[in-house]
Amino acid sequence: MGLLDRLDNPFEGGGIILGKVEDLLNWGRSKSDWYLHFGLACCAIEFMAANASHFDFMRFGTIPRPSPRQADFIIVSGTVTMKMAERVIRLYEQMAEPKYVLSMGSCANSGGPYWEHGYHVLKGVDRIIPVDVYIPGCPPRPEAFFEGMVKLQKKINEQQIFNKRKRLEEEDKKLSA
Amino acid sequence: MNTQEIFEVLKEKFGDTILEVTGEAPSDLSINVVTEKIADVCLFLRDTEIMNFDYLSCLSGMDYKDSLGVVYHLYSTINHQTVVLKVKTNRENPSVPTVERIWKTANWHEREAYDMYGIQFAGHPNMIRILTCYDWEGWPLRKDYKTPEAYHGIKVPY
Ligand code: SF4
Repeated sequence: MGLLDRLDNPFEGGGIILGKVEDLLNWGRSKSDWYLHFGLACCAIEFMAANASHFDFMRFGTIPRPSPRQADFIIVSGTVTMKMAERVIRLYEQMAEPKYVLSMGSCANSGGPYWEHGYHVLKGVDRIIPVDVYIPGCPPRPEAFFEGMVKLQKKINEQQIFNKRKRLEEEDKKLSA
Repeated sequence: MNTQEIFEVLKEKFGDTILEVTGEAPSDLSINVVTEKIADVCLFLRDTEIMNFDYLSCLSGMDYKDSLGVVYHLYSTINHQTVVLKVKTNRENPSVPTVERIWKTANWHEREAYDMYGIQFAGHPNMIRILTCYDWEGWPLRKDYKTPEAYHGIKVPY
């Protein structure tokens, strides 16, 4: 990302950096994501491994939050049953914008091993909430999980945050035209 | 005591309510019991000195297509022996006396059998679903179960 590179090679004039405020804000946002971990099945065990000292998930600047109201993104790791699906929607709706969803493992992506005969399993969490990053695997290794995290940071970094309403209006106009 | 000997003792005590021993010797034997008497038989098995079946290892529902059933796996931690009991009940209005008062662990097992097969356990203090949603329709482990199209507006099939 731009800002850090510029710190290594700042413009002349005593460490003054020229950049966009948007970049600065996005840099801050992407490097301090707080997450709500919604562990539902075996994938949650793999996530615990990713969180422990060997792999150290927190080096991404993430901090686990017990409440959706304090979280920037939610990690849905595991089998989403029909019973849990309604709780997932509820938790997602309680999160404050901007919010992101990381779907971890085949189960959360598409129903996984239960795709055909699982009468009780939601076939993909994207049927109820919008997913930003899908991490494949059953379960994904921590390395795969981190790739997903890097993808999420990239997505946050590339987002425009100013004039959102104006931009959306323009997009709407283009679509309706 | 093996299953055959337990069967003899039960036969002497309960007469015609103990039906037969089925399965293959030596390990797969089970004793079929008349459904209405299962709680009495279980109490006898738990409290009689030579039996001492103080632990219900497993209680499971069954679907035999023409009827439903319940299987009880008992274990004695004192005599280190096991026995399997089986009862049958009809499909339309399945009901089996509860053994919850004999082994507390039967509480959740019976709720599971109810949840998956729709077998009512008469006398159970809390006969509600345990795994699926409380308003789920149908009995998932019955052989004629069809996966629902939607649940609360969420599509179920892939
Ligand atoms: S994707 Fe595999 S490991 Fe993950 S919750 Fe599903 S079955 Fe378990």
